[in-house]
Amino acid sequence: MAEERRQKLCSVILPTESMKAMAESVGVGSLQEDSCLALSEEVSYRIKEIAQDALKFMHHGKRRKLTTGDIDHALKLKNVEPLYGFQSQEFIPFRFASGGGRELHFYEEKEVDLSDIINTPLPRVPLDVSLKAHWLSIDGVQPAIPENPPPVPKEQQKTDSTEPLKAVKPGQEEEGSIQTKGQGASSAEVKGSSAKMVPLVMKPRSTHELSVEQQLYYKEITEACVGSCEAKRAVCVCNKCYLFLFQVRVNVVQNNLALLIYLMRMVKALMDNPTLYLEKYLHELIPAVVTCIVSKQLCLRPDVDNHWALRDFAARLMAQSCKTFSTTTNNIQSRITKTFTKALLDDKTQWTTRYGCIAGLAELGHDVIKTLIIPRLSVEGARIKAVMDGPVVSNIDKIGADHVQSLLLKHCASVVAKTRPLPDMVDQYKVDYGYLGTMLCSHVVKARAQAAFQAQTVNRTTLTITQPRPTLSVSQSGLSTSSGSRAPSIIKVPSSLTLMSTRPGTPTQPSPPATKYIVMATSAGAASTHIIESHTF
Amino acid sequence: MAAVQDGQMELDAEKETKPEILSDGTSNLSGNTASGTLSSSPLTAAPAGGAPKMEDQQTLIAVLQFLKRNKLTDSVEILRREAGLGEDQEDSQATDGSGGGKGDVDGGDANSLLSRVSITSAAAPQSMCDSPLMFMLSAAGADDQPDVSVVLSAYSQQGDPSLYQVYYSGLKNFIESVLDCHRAELSQLFYPLFVHMYLELVYNNHENEAKAFFEKFSGDQECYYQDDLRVLCGLTKKEHLKGNEVLLDFRTSRFVLRISRDSYQLLKRHLQERHNNQIWNIIQEHLYIDIFDGMPRSKSQIDSMSGSLAGEGKREVNKAKVFHGLLKEPEIEVPLDDEDDEAENEEGKPKKKKTKKDSLGSKSKKQDPNAPQQNRIPLPELKDSDKLDKIMYMKESTKRIRLGPENLPSICFYTFLNAYQGLTAVDFTDDSSLLAGGFADSTVRVWSVTPKKLRKVKSAADLNMIDKESDDVLERIMDEKTASESKILYGHSGPVYGVSFSPDRNYLLSSSEDGTVRLWSLLTFTCLVGYKGHNYPVWDTQFSPFGYYFVSGGHDRVARLWATDHYQPLRIFAGHLADVTCTRFHPNSNYVATGSTDRTIRLWDVLNGNCVRIFTGHKGPIHSLAFSPNGKFLASGSTDGRVLLWDIGHGLMIGELKGHTDTIYSLKFSRDGEILASGSMDNTVRLWNSMKAFDEVETDDFTATTGHIHLPDNSQELLLGTYHSKSTPVTHLHFTRRNLLLAAGAYNSQ
Repeated sequence: MAEERRQKLCSVILPTESMKAMAESVGVGSLQEDSCLALSEEVSYRIKEIAQDALKFMHHGKRRKLTTGDIDHALKLKNVEPLYGFQSQEFIPFRFASGGGRELHFYEEKEVDLSDIINTPLPRVPLDVSLKAHWLSIDGVQPAIPENPPPVPKEQQKTDSTEPLKAVKPGQEEEGSIQTKGQGASSAEVKGSSAKMVPLVMKPRSTHELSVEQQLYYKEITEACVGSCEAKRAVCVCNKCYLFLFQVRVNVVQNNLALLIYLMRMVKALMDNPTLYLEKYLHELIPAVVTCIVSKQLCLRPDVDNHWALRDFAARLMAQSCKTFSTTTNNIQSRITKTFTKALLDDKTQWTTRYGCIAGLAELGHDVIKTLIIPRLSVEGARIKAVMDGPVVSNIDKIGADHVQSLLLKHCASVVAKTRPLPDMVDQYKVDYGYLGTMLCSHVVKARAQAAFQAQTVNRTTLTITQPRPTLSVSQSGLSTSSGSRAPSIIKVPSSLTLMSTRPGTPTQPSPPATKYIVMATSAGAASTHIIESHTF
Repeated sequence: MAAVQDGQMELDAEKETKPEILSDGTSNLSGNTASGTLSSSPLTAAPAGGAPKMEDQQTLIAVLQFLKRNKLTDSVEILRREAGLGEDQEDSQATDGSGGGKGDVDGGDANSLLSRVSITSAAAPQSMCDSPLMFMLSAAGADDQPDVSVVLSAYSQQGDPSLYQVYYSGLKNFIESVLDCHRAELSQLFYPLFVHMYLELVYNNHENEAKAFFEKFSGDQECYYQDDLRVLCGLTKKEHLKGNEVLLDFRTSRFVLRISRDSYQLLKRHLQERHNNQIWNIIQEHLYIDIFDGMPRSKSQIDSMSGSLAGEGKREVNKAKVFHGLLKEPEIEVPLDDEDDEAENEEGKPKKKKTKKDSLGSKSKKQDPNAPQQNRIPLPELKDSDKLDKIMYMKESTKRIRLGPENLPSICFYTFLNAYQGLTAVDFTDDSSLLAGGFADSTVRVWSVTPKKLRKVKSAADLNMIDKESDDVLERIMDEKTASESKILYGHSGPVYGVSFSPDRNYLLSSSEDGTVRLWSLLTFTCLVGYKGHNYPVWDTQFSPFGYYFVSGGHDRVARLWATDHYQPLRIFAGHLADVTCTRFHPNSNYVATGSTDRTIRLWDVLNGNCVRIFTGHKGPIHSLAFSPNGKFLASGSTDGRVLLWDIGHGLMIGELKGHTDTIYSLKFSRDGEILASGSMDNTVRLWNSMKAFDEVETDDFTATTGHIHLPDNSQELLLGTYHSKSTPVTHLHFTRRNLLLAAGAYNSQ
């Protein structure tokens, strides 16, 4: 490679035509071919020489870019008058012209009206050089402050968010932590920082025993939160949010859907509160929320209870927190995306978890849907088809597949409607998206019609209406009214808006606490991301 | 003049004689110009040891005749003496050489002046290039037209140009067929032979053959010669050779190869059998083969040492004794206050005056056997303020954090914002109170990084009003109205490439593209002196650790030693084949290290201007140097992203630190020498365990006569930490007296 380049360098000599053109421009009419050749060789050599000298100035100027100033200084070395006042807005300021059988590039020199320059207001004075100090390292550990680069380089973050799976490979993780490579076993603190960067460690099955004090404390808090006393609730909301994860764990194990809904609403309330500084507690909150999105089982009767709404709600919550808190330093969004995508791509993932993953991803915005979900449509379609058309396996699977299908259609339709060029041919959709193609097509057509309709009645409707914001409510009546009232205006209202099963008797009160909690993190395989350990956040 | 010729003369004497040289120059500027251009060609005295051979003598006589014809009586005289040509030696002339010179100068004969200046620099005898022709070249002076032809005439037409490829490939086949152990050594021949044969073709106007030759064999050369090949490939005409000093130097200096005796015999036998005279001639004329007895070196050993423009340093070059020990610290009674809180009580009235020596003081009490004599170089007297500063230093050093792999330093990063890619140089004062930045817009800016603001001295009229007897007179002379956090120094007319604070913090040096080094006062914030001499961009400058002297190096391929009160350099260190890119003083101020674009590092003796060490091994221009605090070791960083460690006493490479991916612009040892910090263009600061690197070198290797050692490849073990900055190349590093690491660089918004 390098040799080829070198040899090419050798042969680069200015064409003799340019010599002729230049001679003409200074008034020398006919230049002989021989002199042209001699000239062009000489000029090429001198240009190379000057470029090589200019490089020296670049190196000493501690830059990576060669500037026109460097060339000027190199010219000065050779006792040549530098080119004063070179300035160009464009990268290559040449124009091309042909005619009379000749082609040439020329430098366009516009006539400048002096009065224009005089009358234009002066440009703003550039800021003066200033000095700022920060800690690059404290006792060998680099603090995560805005002045320092994010622990994971930006390029990696970019690839992480577009291709989350690549980054999960172990080799790549290593790359992310180059910074700590080679530090050896020498310093424990440094190791700690490297552990911080390993994304989402799935903890194997383990049991946590709670002390009596913790049990009592938990009972108190729960009662305060769920109870009627508003003042008490405020107090515990303010300072006990680190208990969330813990509570979620407990309730996931107990499959206490109602309480989980309460907890999620509390998280939402916390996030909506602008006066709270939640950044410090994100590592407690996010695992709890993610658990509510992707957990295999959230309620006692998955076939009848509407845990789907909880997942939707939690997913929206997640998206909100991503928007609010994701920075290049903590990199929440790409880590979340990675978690979801990993679970989504696993074949063994249960329908419930799958639903959560898709919901979580979809809430992150159109770009995420476009890059991560739409390419998966045909695969998911095939999977759904297998469940729908295949032998009856279990009711739960069927319900799950149905939910996933409607969710996919709901989210993809609007995106496809925006990105896909117009003729919506069912056949083409089938080719592109497989099993779901047909339904998707009709949804897209509907979405387009809706968009057109809204464009007509533009004065008051906004696009956001098409995205219903269901409120989570335990009370059945309130829910039905809210969904009922909006139903006509939205494209499709999935039945998932019904929170609880219509069957009465769902426990809405916490079951009496057992004397000893044993929290089980039942993540046997990597696929079932049941409970995400808090320390990873 | 005499002082210059006699290297052993005291520096004091030299200083006296210096102005004399000036006085008989027609104008300082022309003198400067001359030395600037002249010394750029490697200068030399005739070989010191042994009588010259017969043919050498003939050449010498020819040279003498040439000199006489040009009325260069001085040169004739000196050359005659140096060469030991006894027949018409006139002792009387030797004594009044300068007088004779004067006569010529009066006549306005620039050549004479030039020759004298050139001989001045010849006081630093170059071991690299011992050809009498060279001497002629340097003596002949300003217009290099005749010189070039003289030099190049060495390329006489020999053999059929079309056969060059055959010769070369014949040798190539031979080398590839020899035993593995010899192959690596003999492969070293490829590059110099290739270049010389190519230049020979170019010189003899065989342009097409030259191009074909280049294309055929340039791919075989080691990758680290790429930059040179790029220069070469553009050069296809005899006329091009004339202006290209670097290649001219390549021609005239001998490329040094280190080859074991066995391999050499093998090569010699082969060339003689084949009657391959062409190659044999080149080897004889342009290469210097340094033969050693013993095992041939391995490929990796050769690769670690090769890469420079002129081959490796000869072994005997690095044999000279270097006094790398530290000077004895002056005995200062340290008033140790019992309460640390009252450390500020500096006015000389401490309650108890215990003369307890702290660790530093006691160490230096024993004379280091490797230390130079205290007065080997005349050093400035310590002033009272210096003593106070020393006391402060000792106090601070007692609070110093002991660094090690378990205890890494904290790094405070000073980021220059809104510098628009214009920051070119940075320096901190030793006590870390001031920071200076050199910028591409020709300004030098000084910041105070402590709450204490920068103040100017009052004007002369105001100073008159001050009560000079008062205790706080030093406070009173400062003008409060001028207090500010930073000051800008205007004066240069080109980018500022080097800045250096004087140890007493009263002066600042800056070197610039405009060819000058400027001395600024930090009391008045004005320029005091502009030292002219380099005439080409001055890439670096640094104050001696004791002040007074400073060194500068630039594009004219020489480094110069100056004293602040002389506007002419005291020494000119000539020998590098390309730009001198960085200059550093040894901690004992007796030596100066210079790094160059020719990819070598040289160590120069300040006393006599001799080059005492040549270190080769870098594969790119050297941009940073650092001496270890004990003066034993030298670290160097280059554009190839590697840091090399050198043992000065033995003149050997002892370590290679790989990790950086771009040019290393700054290197610094911690105050105890336990950690080496390196800062690079790749936006990282890396910390290396230098203690371990120095300890792990097998000391038996030093005694071996072969002059090479096995380098352990342990960069990863030695790397203690890597700290990324946010797109901020690290321009400068500095350890405070308490071992906090300060880094500086300009934020690059793109």
